Order: sequence, then C-alpha cells, then structure tokens
Amino acid sequence: MDTIISATGICKTYKLGQSTLEVLKGLDLSVNEGEFVAIVGASGSGKSTLLHILGALDKADAGNVRYKQRDIASFSQKKLNLYRNGSVGFVFQFYHLLDELNVLENVLLPAMAKHGTIGWFSHKKSIKARAMELLHRFGLADRIKHRPYQLSGGERQRVAIARALINQPKLLLADEPTGNLDSETGNGILKVLEQLNGDGQTVIMVTHDDNIASRGHKIIRLADGKIV
Amino acid sequence: MLKRRITILAIASIALCVFITLVVMTVHNGIVNEFKGKNHRFAGDCVVSTDSLVGFTYYEDFLAELRAKPFVFAAAPAIKSFGLLNQPGSDINIGIEITGIEPGEFSRATGFGKTLYYNRLQPQDAFAHNYDKNLPGCVVGIIMMQGGTDKSGKYHHSSFRSRYEFSISCFPLTAKGALAKMSTGLVNSKTFIYADDSHTQIPKVDSKMIYIPFHFAQKLCGMDGPDKRVNAIHIKFAENTSVSEGTEKVKALWQSFLQKNDDKKYANLLQNVTVQKWTDFRRSSIAPMEKEQTMLLMLFIMLGFITVFIIFVVFYMIISHKSKDIGILKSIGISAISIVNIFLAFAFLVGAIGSLVGAVCGWAFVSKANDIEAWLFEEYGWQLWDRSVYAIGAIPDQVQINVVTLIVISAVAASLLGALIPSIQAARKTPVEILQVNQL
Ligand SMILES: Nc1ncnc2c1ncn2[C@@H]1O[C@H](COP(=O)(O)OP(=O)(O)OP(=O)(O)O)[C@@H](O)[C@H]1O
Ligand SMILES: [Mg+2]
Repeated sequence: MDTIISATGICKTYKLGQSTLEVLKGLDLSVNEGEFVAIVGASGSGKSTLLHILGALDKADAGNVRYKQRDIASFSQKKLNLYRNGSVGFVFQFYHLLDELNVLENVLLPAMAKHGTIGWFSHKKSIKARAMELLHRFGLADRIKHRPYQLSGGERQRVAIARALINQPKLLLADEPTGNLDSETGNGILKVLEQLNGDGQTVIMVTHDDNIASRGHKIIRLADGKIV
Repeated sequence: MLKRRITILAIASIALCVFITLVVMTVHNGIVNEFKGKNHRFAGDCVVSTDSLVGFTYYEDFLAELRAKPFVFAAAPAIKSFGLLNQPGSDINIGIEITGIEPGEFSRATGFGKTLYYNRLQPQDAFAHNYDKNLPGCVVGIIMMQGGTDKSGKYHHSSFRSRYEFSISCFPLTAKGALAKMSTGLVNSKTFIYADDSHTQIPKVDSKMIYIPFHFAQKLCGMDGPDKRVNAIHIKFAENTSVSEGTEKVKALWQSFLQKNDDKKYANLLQNVTVQKWTDFRRSSIAPMEKEQTMLLMLFIMLGFITVFIIFVVFYMIISHKSKDIGILKSIGISAISIVNIFLAFAFLVGAIGSLVGAVCGWAFVSKANDIEAWLFEEYGWQLWDRSVYAIGAIPDQVQINVVTLIVISAVAASLLGALIPSIQAARKTPVEILQVNQL
C-alpha cells in the first residue's frame, strides 16, 4: 500500500500573551491509502490542530506534511486551493455549512469552485447527479431544499460529509464527526464512514472516545504533543 | 445574501444617505444660483460705472463705439443717484435710490423688463400711464410700493392702476462736483406718477429703488449740461460671447477711449470709471453669500464624509458578520481573490441599488417639494418658510446631473471600499484562524 499522507516533525505553538503553549512537539505520522485511521487523545491534546495542519487549513511552525510525496508547504496559493478543494475533504466538528445556501447548494459548492463559472455549466448535470446520489445514500434526498438551520445535528454532519466528498477526494479528514451527536446518530455517521472506507476511501477521523476509535483499522494516540 | 434583512437595511441606509445629500445639495445649489441669477439680471453682463455721484462725460461717444461692436448685444446708460421721496399732502420724506433709464434699451441690456408687472411684455412703455400727460411716469420697487408680501409670498395687483403721485427731490451736482444751485435753493424736485412696479427679488433693491425716465433723471441730477453725464453703462453681450471675454474687450475699448479723450475738458471724470463683470459690480451683495457658501461647502464636505463613513461601516459590519463564511469558503479551496470578488460584487449591487433608490427618491422629492409645500400650506396653513420674510420665491427644484452622478459614484465607491477592507483582511487569514474565532 502506498503512503497517501505523512507528517514529520510537526510542531505547533500558540502564543497567549506572555506564555506559550506547545501543542504539537515534533509529531510523526503516516497513513496509507485505503486506511481508516482514528486519532484519539484527551481534550486539548491537539487533535484538531493536527487535522487542520494535514488539511492545509493551518500552518505548522516546523516539520512538513507530504501528500503523495509532495511537501504541501512548497505549494503555491493556487495549488494549495486545489489541494483543499480536490485532494482532501474536511468534515468539521461544528459542521460549518453556509446558512445562506440550502442543502444541495452547500454540497455543490466545492464542485462549483473547482470548475469555475464556465466549466460549471458543462459539468452541472453529472455533478448534480453525484450530489443527489451522495445525499440519497445519507438519507437526505428529501431535504435538499432545506436550509442548514432547519436540520438536526446529525443531518447537518451528513451534509458536511457529502460536501467533503463531492469532488471525490483521495483523503477524508473528519474532526469529531460524532462529537455533538447522541450515540445512535453518531453510530449512523460512523456507518457511513465505514461504508465509504469499504469502497476504498482513505479516512482519518479524530475522536476522544476510545469506543469510536476502535472502529478504525489503526488507532493513533496523541499525548503530550506526540504520538504514543 | 441579497434577501437578508441586514442587506435591506444596508440598501435603505445608503438610499437615505444619497437622498439627504442630494436634496440638501440641490436646494443649496438652487438658492445660490437663483441669487446669482437675480443679480445677473439686475446688472446685465458688464457695467461701466463710477462710484462718484458726479458721473462721467462723453458717454455718448463710448456708447456709439460699443453699439458698433458685434459682441455687444445692447448697451444702456443709466443715471444713479440718491434722493428723497415725498407723497404730495404728506410731510414724510424717505430716502431712495434713483435710477434714470431709457426703459426699452435698458431692458435689452439687463433683465429690468422682466421685473415689471404691467409692462413686462412691452418694457419700452414702462413709464406710460393713463393720468396727467404732463407728468412723467415712474417705476417703483415692489417692496417700497406694497410693503411686503402676504404669507404665501405673493404680491397683489389689481388690473386697474390707481393714481399715485411721488415727488422726488435730489441735489444736483455740477461736473466739478459742486452743488449746482447754491443760490436758488439747492434741490431739484419733480413729481412722477406711478406707472408700474419692479420686482427684482433683491430686497435691498426692491425696497429702495425708483426708476424714472432717463432725461428727467439727468436733469434732476444736474447732469444735463452741454457736457452730459451718466453714472453707468450696462452692457449685455451677444449670445456667443462669454462674460469674461466680453468684459476684457470692453476694458480694452475703454483704455483706448481714455487715451483718445485725455485732452478733453472733463477727462478727469473718466479716470474714476471702472469696467466690471456683473459679479464684481455686485460684489458687495454677492460676497456675503459666497462667504456663506464656503461655510456650507465645509458642511457638505463633512456630510459627504459622514455619508461615506456610514456606508463604509455598514459594509464593514456585514462582512465582519460573514467572516465565518469566508473561512468556510477558504477551507473548501476557494481563492482569496474569488472571495473578495464575491463581496465586491455584493457591495456593488447593494451600493448601486441603494444609491439609485436614493437618487430617484431625492429627485422625486425635490421636484415635488414645491407642490408638497403648497399643499401643506393650503391644507394646514403650515409653511416651511415665511415668504414675506425670506427672499426666496420657491424651493429650488433643478437637480443637476453632475451632482447626482458625483453622489452616486461616491456612494458606490464607499460601498466597495467598505467591503474591500474587511474581505481582504479575512481572505488573508488561514481558514482556521477565521473559523476558530467564530465557532465560539
Ligand atoms: N488559536 C489558538 N490560540 C491559542 N491556543 C489555541 C488555539 N487553537 C487551539 N489552541 C489550544 O491548543 C490546544 C489544542 O487544541 P485542539 O483544538 O487541537 O484540541 P483538541 O485535541 O481538538 O481538543 P478537543 O477534543 O476538545 O476538540 C488547546 O489547549 C487549545 O486551547
Ligand atoms: Mg478538537
């Protein structure tokens, strides 16, 4: 199996006035294609920070992240946008859907950004079909015209996953996708992720719950800014 | 995003700012222009005059020279003096200003004819009347004649002109500046009959001025000797000659006229004569207005700044509100430039809609303001300003295209600027920096 993403010597420090907070202290990690990895650790151990760095949503102070052997720190702004848009799909702990748009539009947004205004029209049909398929699979086919605030937490999280998958990224990064949900709803989300992984999707999931982590093939434990 | 209440509020606030600025600027511009127009009509384009009551000689030669020039449309001499007015049978004398004119020619050189009531259409007959044919007519300033207007700002005229007699006295001066009648009682008096009134809308003029026929004035003032004198020549230029251009030409003409006549007996009187544009001639009247105008201009600049600032703040707040969305858009790989563009397009739309709404409302309001005011007065007797106190006939309603354009462009520019700064700020951050702040 090929390594899809690897991180070496990742450091991240936050400065809060006088004091500094070292969150990640030279962390190494490697994930193979097709794996379902769970990152666990106590609250505040830096799980989200790590995932953000992997998704190029934040910058590490030291160390590098390689996606398919290429250092993402060397990416130009344009390449970085392409990476965020097409190579990884990010699912946030707090969903982060756009309230102005309905469910379908939220899911379509990354695809619109990918193809641009002109390309969008020629691809519209196939992309819409894919979005509908994803929403159908997640049991949201009859909610496409709803606004995010009209949905439950679990439904919003599924919309967020559909949005993350619309451009068929090689890598899905999910930050506590079940964190705000009751165990039953959370279980539903996990099933979705397992299904996706079954279809060959690489998944990195963050959680602080060992039970949930046990659903992954590989569990990475984070403590004191390093993997233990 | 366009449907949101905050957007509607933004559009409304921009519309309001544009509306207020437009209305205030239009009204102010209108008042200034109206005021200048009155003074322009009163003086003509250019005035050749002397401050001395003695006047100047050889004016007929200069008039002939002027009238021969194609750039001169009309040139009219005038006698200007001060005198006392007395109604026969009363012992009250009031101080007045006398202007002696040939009404036809004077009306061609100035707007005098249009200030008349009965003879507006035939100003050459301004002094005609139906009473004693031996007595000349006079035109009396409307405020002097009627005291003032009623509350709606109107003067009233009956179709029938009653007989009013005015006895006008003044001190004639010799060409040397001495009182002419040292031995015989000093004053010249003459009785005139009311023929019409003159409404220049300049209160200082309308309350003091009496126009009388030229040769009677010349005689009253002792200026009719063998070397006849006048105090002023009013000139109107031909259509294609600008005021400054024409005035320069008249100045040159006057210089050569001075040289030609410098060996004549009363050449010294010509030395005191100045050639002025109407704006300079009416300087003392216009200057206070202009001072006020610079002050108002300051206020406008402040109003403009406030407007631009309000619009700026509106957008700043909308977009700051939207920074979470910016973080989301960035996290799915939309470029900073596209994000800024989205917000600029939004700002442009809101700014354009808002300022157009404001401009249209302002336009409609200004052009209907007089009707609205008239209606309020009729229905409720309520008046924005008392016409008998202020010398303003109507609320100005001429909206200037360039003013509108300037206001709309500034408003849209302010919208864009207000949107640009926060969206660039947000677009430069990493997605996490934006999102973390907003998830709390
Ligand atoms: N922008 C920031 N400024 C300062 N400190 C920060 C910032 N972001 C995160 N931290 C700190 O870094 C540490 C790690 O944060 P992180 O969000 O990665 O934790 P986590 O493991 O995801 O926790 P949880 O399980 O509660 O989500 C925390 O102590 C947090 O307070
Ligand atoms: Mg976290």
